Amino acid sequence: MNYFPDEVIEHIFDYVVSHRDRNALSLVCKSWYRIERCTRQRVFIGNCYSVTPERLFQRFPGLKSLTLKGKPHFADFSLVPYGWGGYVYPWIEALAKSRVGLEELRLKRMVVTDESLELLSRSFTHFKSLVLVSCEGFSTDGLAAIAANCRYLRELDLQENEVEDHKGQWLSCFPDSCTSLVSLNFACLKGEVSLGALERLVARSPNLKSLKLNRSVPLDALQRIMMRAPQLADLGIGSFVQDPESEAYIKLKSTILKCKSITSLSGLLEVAPHCLATIYPICPNLTSLNLSYAAGIQGSDLIKLIRHCVKLQRLWIMDCIGDKGLGVVAKTCTDLQELRVFPSVPFGNPVAVTEKGLVAISMGCPKLHSLLYFCHQMTNAALITVAKNCPNFIRFRLCILDATKPDPDTMQPLDEGFGAIVQSCRRLRRLSLSGQLTDQVFLYIGMYAEKLEMLSIAFAGDSDKGMLYVLNGCKKLRKLEIRDCPFGDMALLTDVGKYETMRSLWMSSCEVTVGACKLLAKKMPRLNVEIFNENEQEDCSLEDGQRVEKMYLYRTVAGKRRDAPEYVWTL
Amino acid sequence: MSPPAVVTEEDGLSKVSSTVASGSSQSLDCFSQNGAGLKERNYLGLSDCSSVDSCASTVPVLCVEKKENMNLKATELRLGLPGSQSPERDPDLFSLSLAKLDEKPLFPLVPTKDGICLSSQKTVVSGNKRGFADTMDGFSQGKFTGNTGMNAMLSPRPSGAQPSAMKEMPSKLQERPCSDNNGTGHNHTGASISGSAPASKAQVVGWPPIRSFRKNSMATTSNKNNDEVDGKPGVGALFVKVSMDGAPYLRKVDLRSYTTYQELSSALEKMFSCFTLGQCGSHGAPGREMLSESKLRDLLHGSEYVLTYEDKDGDWMLVGDVPWEMFTDTCKRLKIMKGSDAIGLAPRAMEKSKSRS
Repeated sequence: MNYFPDEVIEHIFDYVVSHRDRNALSLVCKSWYRIERCTRQRVFIGNCYSVTPERLFQRFPGLKSLTLKGKPHFADFSLVPYGWGGYVYPWIEALAKSRVGLEELRLKRMVVTDESLELLSRSFTHFKSLVLVSCEGFSTDGLAAIAANCRYLRELDLQENEVEDHKGQWLSCFPDSCTSLVSLNFACLKGEVSLGALERLVARSPNLKSLKLNRSVPLDALQRIMMRAPQLADLGIGSFVQDPESEAYIKLKSTILKCKSITSLSGLLEVAPHCLATIYPICPNLTSLNLSYAAGIQGSDLIKLIRHCVKLQRLWIMDCIGDKGLGVVAKTCTDLQELRVFPSVPFGNPVAVTEKGLVAISMGCPKLHSLLYFCHQMTNAALITVAKNCPNFIRFRLCILDATKPDPDTMQPLDEGFGAIVQSCRRLRRLSLSGQLTDQVFLYIGMYAEKLEMLSIAFAGDSDKGMLYVLNGCKKLRKLEIRDCPFGDMALLTDVGKYETMRSLWMSSCEVTVGACKLLAKKMPRLNVEIFNENEQEDCSLEDGQRVEKMYLYRTVAGKRRDAPEYVWTL
Repeated sequence: MSPPAVVTEEDGLSKVSSTVASGSSQSLDCFSQNGAGLKERNYLGLSDCSSVDSCASTVPVLCVEKKENMNLKATELRLGLPGSQSPERDPDLFSLSLAKLDEKPLFPLVPTKDGICLSSQKTVVSGNKRGFADTMDGFSQGKFTGNTGMNAMLSPRPSGAQPSAMKEMPSKLQERPCSDNNGTGHNHTGASISGSAPASKAQVVGWPPIRSFRKNSMATTSNKNNDEVDGKPGVGALFVKVSMDGAPYLRKVDLRSYTTYQELSSALEKMFSCFTLGQCGSHGAPGREMLSESKLRDLLHGSEYVLTYEDKDGDWMLVGDVPWEMFTDTCKRLKIMKGSDAIGLAPRAMEKSKSRS
C-alpha cells in the first residue's frame, strides 16, 4: 500500500491537522494507523468517560496536546446535580506516570482540583498551555502552583470558571524568569490581584498578545499595562470607571491611541458610560467585541460604540441593545459572522430583542454563520426571511425566553420557520430550538439537516415520532439533548444501534422508563446508560415502569465508570 | 428556497397536526396497555392522515374520549404546580413518597406528567396551587399519555389557548408561594430573578439556558453596577466622595439614598463622628422632623464644621442653599470644612456659630 517510505508519509501527515482528518487517516490501513498514531500530537476527547487515559497514551505516545470535555452540556444550566463527575485528576496522574511530554491541556466542564493543578505543574517540564472553560473545584492556590512551576508557560486562559479566591498572591508567583507569556486571561476571577505583580509580569512578557483582566483591575492600572504592552491584540478590560477629569483618564485616552494592534475587545466588567468614548479610537480595528458581561452599558451607549466598529466579525452583546440597535449593527458590521445576544437578566428586559432585530441582522450581514439569540418572541415569517438571507448558518441557536411561545402573529407553532432554516442552511451543524413546536419540525430536521451534529430540544414535540424523525434522518448526529419533551420508550428503543454512532444522548423530564433504559443497556454493552436518581429515599428500588427523570447515555470503550456518585445508576 | 412540497402541505399539515397527535396518543395508549413492548410503527405517520378528511372522522371520537377524561380531572379541585397533582388526590398514583423536589420544570405548558411517572411526583410535594393549565380552559395541556396508561391526559396543545394562557400566567405564578420544597429547583434561575425581578414568567429550572456562571455574575453585577457609577446621575445610585479636614481618609455616600439635607447630615455625622471626637455625636439627629436646609448649617456649625460641596463648575458651595434635587444634580463631591476655613463661604454662618458658642 505504501509507495513511500514511512518518513515521507509522516511528513505528509504533518500537513493533516484536523482531528477528523487524522482519524480518517488512521482507518486507511494498518501501516497508516501505525504512522498516524506515532506522529499524532493533538488529541480531542469529547467525553472524558469514553476512553481511559491509559488507552490514550498507549495509542498516542507522542501526545503533546489534550482536550477533554467532562460533564454533559446541560450541566451548564444546572440540570446535572453536583458531584456527577468529570474529574481531571486521574488523567493528569496517569499522564504523569506515562512520561508523556504533555504541553497543552484544554478542559471544558470538568472538575479540576488544586491537587490536579499542582501535579500538572510539577509533572511536565515543557508544559505551555492551560485552558479551562466552565470548570470548577479549584482555587487561586492551584493557579499559584501553575504560575510558579511552569517555567515555559505561554498560555493561562480561564473562561467562566468558578474559582475560589484564597487571597493568595497567585500572580506574584510567576517567577521573574518567566518571560514567555503569550496569553493570560483571568477575567472570571472574583478576587483581587497584585497590581504591581501584574504590571511587572506584563512588562517582562514581550510576546503577550492576549490579556484579559478581572474587575479588580482599575482603570489607572489598565493604562499602565497598556503602556507596557502596545503589542496587545486581544484585550479584556476589567474595571472601566474613572473620573473623566482625572489624570489617569487623560493618560488612558492617549495610551489607547498607541494601541493600534488591538483587534479583539472584551470585558468592561464594570463600566461608567462616560468612559466609553475613550474606546472609540480602537473600534474601527476591532474584529471581535464581547460586551456580554458589560452590564453597565445602556442600549444607546452600545449603539454609539458599535457605529465605530465597521470591521466587526464577531459580536457578543446583551439584549439591551434592542431591535433598533441590531439594525445599527446590521448597517455597520457588514462582515459580521458570529452574533450572540444574551438576555440582560434571565428573562430579558422589556426593551429587549424580538424577531425584528434578527431579520435586520440577516439583511445586513449575509456572512453570518453562527448565532445565539435570546429573544422575547419569534415568528415563522421572520425565520423564513432569515433562512433566505443567510444560507450559511453553521450554528443556529434560538432561545425564546418563553419556551413554548408560538408565533405571536399567527399563533402557529414555529415548525415552518425552523423548517425553513434547516432546509436553507445545508451546512448546519448545530441547532437549538425553542418556542411552540410540534413533531412537524422534527420531520423537517430529519429530512433536511443532513450535516447536523448537535441538536438541543426543549419543551417541543408531540410524540415519539418527533424523536424518531431526528434519529432516523440526521445521519451525522453526534449529540442529542432533550428536556421536557414527550419522547418515551418507543423512541428510545427503536434504533439502539444509532447511539454508538453518537457521542451522547441526554434526556430529562421526558417519558422514558427505567425498564427501557435497562433494556437498552443490556442490548448495547458499549454504551454507559446512566440514570440520575435524585430521590432521597434510600430504599428506592428501580421499578421498570418508573419514569426516569434524567438519563445520560454515551458510547465508551472504558466500561462502567468507577467514580460515579450515589445518585448515578449505570445500568 | 421554500420547498413546494412543504408549503402546499402546510395548511393540511397544521390542521392535521392535531389529528396526528391524537393518532399517536391513541397508539401510545395501546402501547401502554401492552406494557413495555415495542411496536412496529410507521412514524412517518403523516401518510396515515394524508388528508384531513380521512382523519376527521377519528378526531371527534378521540377528542370526546379525551375530553371526558380531562374534564373529570380538571374538575377536581387540586392544588399543584402547573401540570402536577396534589398527593392527597391520587394516592394510588404516587406510591413513592418523595422527599425533595428535584429540578422539575414548572413551566405550565410542559406536558402534564400526571399519572405518568412516579418520580415526577416530586413536584407534587411542592405543589399547592391548582395547575395553571387546568384553570385556564379545562384541558390539561398534556401532550400525550404516560405509559402507565393511568391517565390519558391527551390533548393536542390548543395553540389558541396558549398565548392567553401565557399572559395569565403571571397572576397564577405570583400566587405560588416559594416554599422550601421548591428550593432546589427554582432558586437557580439567577439571583437576579429572586425578589427584585417581577415573577411574571415561569421559573423553570435551567430555562432560559444561560450558563450558571453568567447568571451569577450578572446577578452580582446588576447590584454592584449601580453603586459604582461615579458622579453620573443615572442608573440609581449617586456616589460622591466626602472628605473631611484632618481625617486620614475619605468616604463615599450615595446621594440618592437620601431625600433631604437632614438625612444627609445625620449620615455624615455618623460617618465622621470618629474624627470629631464626639462633637458631632452630641448634636446627633435632632428628631425626625424635617429640617429646612438652613438648619443643616446650624447643626454642623454647632460643631465648628461646615459642609460644602463642589459643583459642576468646580466651585465650592455651601450645602443647603438650593433645593435638594438641584443639589444632587450638581454636587460632585462633598467636603466637611473646619469653620475657620469656611470664612470665604459663609460669613453669616461663622457669625452664627460664634454667637452660639
